[in-house]
Amino acid sequence: MNEIEELSGLSFRISIIGFGAVGQGLAKVLLSKRETLQRMGIDIRVVAIADSVSLLKGSEGIDLEKALQAKEVSGRVGEEIDTGDGAREVLESVEHDLMVEATPTDIRSGEPALTHILRALASGKHVVTSNKGPFIHNHATLIETARKNDLMLRYEATVGGAMPIINLIQENLAGNTIERIEGVLNGTCNYILTRMADERLDYQHALLEAQELGIAEADPSYDVMGIDSASKLVILANTAYENDATFDDVKITGITEITPEALELAEKNGYTIRLIGEATRDRLVVAPKLVSKRHPLAIRGTLNIATIHTDLSKTITVSGAGAGSIETASAILSDIIHIYKRHEIKKGGGD
Amino acid sequence: MDIELKDTPGQLLLALQPISEMGGNIQSVVHCHDKRTPRGTVPIHVVFEVAKEGLMEIIRRIKANGVIVARVDERRLHEQTFVMLIGHIVHTDISETIDAVDSTGHSEIVDLTLSMPDVKRVSSAFMVIAADSEDSLALALNVLRATAEDKGLLVIEPIKDDAIWM
Repeated sequence: MNEIEELSGLSFRISIIGFGAVGQGLAKVLLSKRETLQRMGIDIRVVAIADSVSLLKGSEGIDLEKALQAKEVSGRVGEEIDTGDGAREVLESVEHDLMVEATPTDIRSGEPALTHILRALASGKHVVTSNKGPFIHNHATLIETARKNDLMLRYEATVGGAMPIINLIQENLAGNTIERIEGVLNGTCNYILTRMADERLDYQHALLEAQELGIAEADPSYDVMGIDSASKLVILANTAYENDATFDDVKITGITEITPEALELAEKNGYTIRLIGEATRDRLVVAPKLVSKRHPLAIRGTLNIATIHTDLSKTITVSGAGAGSIETASAILSDIIHIYKRHEIKKGGGD
Repeated sequence: MDIELKDTPGQLLLALQPISEMGGNIQSVVHCHDKRTPRGTVPIHVVFEVAKEGLMEIIRRIKANGVIVARVDERRLHEQTFVMLIGHIVHTDISETIDAVDSTGHSEIVDLTLSMPDVKRVSSAFMVIAADSEDSLALALNVLRATAEDKGLLVIEPIKDDAIWM
């Protein structure tokens, strides 16, 4: 009997904290993959969903279709809560195995996700998150708390959406020494630079276009000033080097000063300009860099890409959709399945 | 450096030993066995790196070993990189920016392309910097970065080891 068959019939209870684009994306993915998961013998039940104002519980498993509908119609997923702290109530009153933390990122404080994750770990829940905030200032604390409690904390979705890189570094490249990581970590900036170079648009025009297409936020500073890229770089660096670097350790230059003339001049010389995040053990830099047009990092549009330079595997490059609710949910689902398998193996005492 | 050796054993050593004695770094030796000069000697092409002061002594020692030195090609600035600047490059005195790099004595800006859209808008420059060693190149870049920062210019550098994709 293989490992998957052995696991059949067991139910894994998860809570979803934060029901915005990512949380809803996960609900949609769980619905669309229901049969696939059943065939794999994996029974994932969502037993609680909390958004910023309301809470929905269901120990037998929430009807995700209804939950998505309710959210769309009323903007709330369940019953309004007085405390405003649905996560706490879920942890205190709903028995479950794993918390998905998908609240909006606050890069300054990491809250409320940081508190959610630490509380979940303290009360015996595994955690999967897409939230960068908690990792930017408290990476070591989080990892140590999970380890101390003998629980798993996975965060593939924090960097590069669907692009598998965290688990690539931690698992597939285990044993390698990572010498350098460099990559295009923000799809919005890459879209703007691609359009500027292709059409000779100036920065403001390309930004407006990106905003119209929903690629850039109304306040684009988080992306174009390099803050988002720097946050992801910190997470990659801490994962690769087991450091406790923070956002303040990154030297950041954004793309706002790039001109179409500069891109044209670079092109004439066989180069283009990309916003590159580069991490070595002791240096973190986000800055526009010249990239040969034939280099993989000269990727186009909203895609993300990262190249990992290692001693044994040499150079490994991954790319993929850097954002999008379904793409991000895919990374979360993969983390949940990973934990599920480990969890059930442990519970069954098997090997 | 092109040298000529008699076709007898041990000759190559006589030619190369002075280079390493003087702390030179031999990068390539092409031994043209099948060719002969009119003098019946074998032509050899040697490429090496050495501090400027050591070159004359190497030539003297090679000659003293009885080896013919036919030609010496000196390439002083063999390390190169390129950067772009964006900003008011001309108005912040471009010649002073260039001088800052050249004044390090071991590096020069050897090529410069400018794009100047109009007076109100910022210019861009693509410049190639050559230096006599990696260290000199790193120093030149530091000088350029500092000068650019003083003048409020954005420096865009290439990613590392881009060359492997060229």
